[in-house]
Amino acid sequence: MYRIRMFAVRHARKFERIYTWIERVMVLLDPVFARIGYNRVERPIALVEKGVKTLLFDCKMCGQCVLSSTGMSCPMNCPKQLRNGPCGGVRDGGFCEVKPEMKCVWVLAWDGASRMKDGAEKIREVMPPVEHSLQGSSSWLRVSREKAEAIRESREASRKTLAKAFPEARANEPAAAPLSVEPSKATQAEAEK
Amino acid sequence: MTNTNSQNTDLLAYTKPPEGHVSHSRLERVLRSGRFAVTAELNPPDSADAEDVYQAAQPLGEVADAINATDASGANCHMSSIGICALLTRSGYSPVYQISCRDRNRIAIQGDVLGAAALGVSNVLCLTGDGVGVGDQPGAKPVFDFDSLSLLRTIRTMRDEGVFLSGRKITRPPQLFLGAAENPCIEPHEWRPDRLIKKIDAGAEFIQTNYIYDIPLFEAFMARVRDAGADKRVFIIAGVGPLASAKAARWMRSNVPGIHIPDHIIARMEATENPSVTGKQICIELIQQLRKIKGVAGVHIMAYRREQLVSSIVLDSGVLAERRKGKAR
Repeated sequence: MYRIRMFAVRHARKFERIYTWIERVMVLLDPVFARIGYNRVERPIALVEKGVKTLLFDCKMCGQCVLSSTGMSCPMNCPKQLRNGPCGGVRDGGFCEVKPEMKCVWVLAWDGASRMKDGAEKIREVMPPVEHSLQGSSSWLRVSREKAEAIRESREASRKTLAKAFPEARANEPAAAPLSVEPSKATQAEAEK
Repeated sequence: MTNTNSQNTDLLAYTKPPEGHVSHSRLERVLRSGRFAVTAELNPPDSADAEDVYQAAQPLGEVADAINATDASGANCHMSSIGICALLTRSGYSPVYQISCRDRNRIAIQGDVLGAAALGVSNVLCLTGDGVGVGDQPGAKPVFDFDSLSLLRTIRTMRDEGVFLSGRKITRPPQLFLGAAENPCIEPHEWRPDRLIKKIDAGAEFIQTNYIYDIPLFEAFMARVRDAGADKRVFIIAGVGPLASAKAARWMRSNVPGIHIPDHIIARMEATENPSVTGKQICIELIQQLRKIKGVAGVHIMAYRREQLVSSIVLDSGVLAERRKGKAR
């Protein structure tokens, strides 16, 4: 799998695009996931995620995927599991201090990041330590759920701002400045059926 | 309990660090005043005798602004760095408490940081740590719960926000001058300056580098650091050390992680009749060359098993003479 991992880094730009696409689909699916229950979709999605990412990146299912910030080179493959760049022991030719036969995960990461659109900026951000209690859970689901939540919150905020800016209209004609949550497209489609 | 705590706060004089400083560290004062700093590494004893620590500290204390207490460097077991720091602060030395992420998790490390600060430690050096495989007990479990950057950010949060990483309040935050390591002469050369900047963003206020034997390579690194303006944001202390012999140099190069010694240095060690004197001479010359590089704020001397040389190396290099004349940079 080491070769596929190297391949993923060489094509980091393509994977970055695929990832943005997957994320968008997952966010769109939020109403469906919410309906079925996030706890129920967790296991099947985690299983798919594990299969795909183990093949491509030697994923360790830490549950806190940072591949987009590490040039598509998984930092959990670093024997020291460093999340913020190479240690001071990298060998000549960019090989690992602990496993001399392996290329340093972080040498690959910088290489991959420089091929990406946003990767080169993202790799400069300081990452927190790994939360070990999230081991094994789906990172994809975690991210898309959070994004969907943020979208909902921003809609809520804009509704509130509008209602506050036009208080009389809101009092006389509630439909002109509604505060209640609109049903999502998915639920609308269900109702039409 | 709460009652006694508040009483203690009232009774103890908890003085603030000097204006523009984050700690009471002598090293911080020297660096911020623009003087060329000297730090030195203490070789930790394999004994339970405090006297051994004092004997090792004596030849360093004469010239060093701070003494580094290593944390099982090279993954070899020695007296703990916090133990050494406790002994050093008791006798008036100013230690740099080195913390490696290899042996302890976040619970232990955050606790030790408070303990060290309470013992009078005011400098901390955050390190990732060498892998356990190179040490004397390769079967040990590597921890690496933090890495050096998340550790820096954590201690910075403890100091500036007064909370643990969990958000729990620290009634009296530690006042610590925060340092990190850098290894400018090894791969990936291209990204080393970026990594340095990332360490500054994570909270590093001073940098102690690994051994520098390759001046042109280090100069290229420093040029890029200066271009990014990073030398204005952090104090860079360059690491040096006297070589014992050509054989030892070659052994270090192939067995100690992250050490780069160019061939011409080894050739010079080989050609000489008195390797000890030549090793010392090379070290002095390196210090003098490093002194001239813009952005280098001091030197860190790591003289493994050759501490007795440290004092004369520093004095012969002349970097302290200008300080005596009162000539600031």
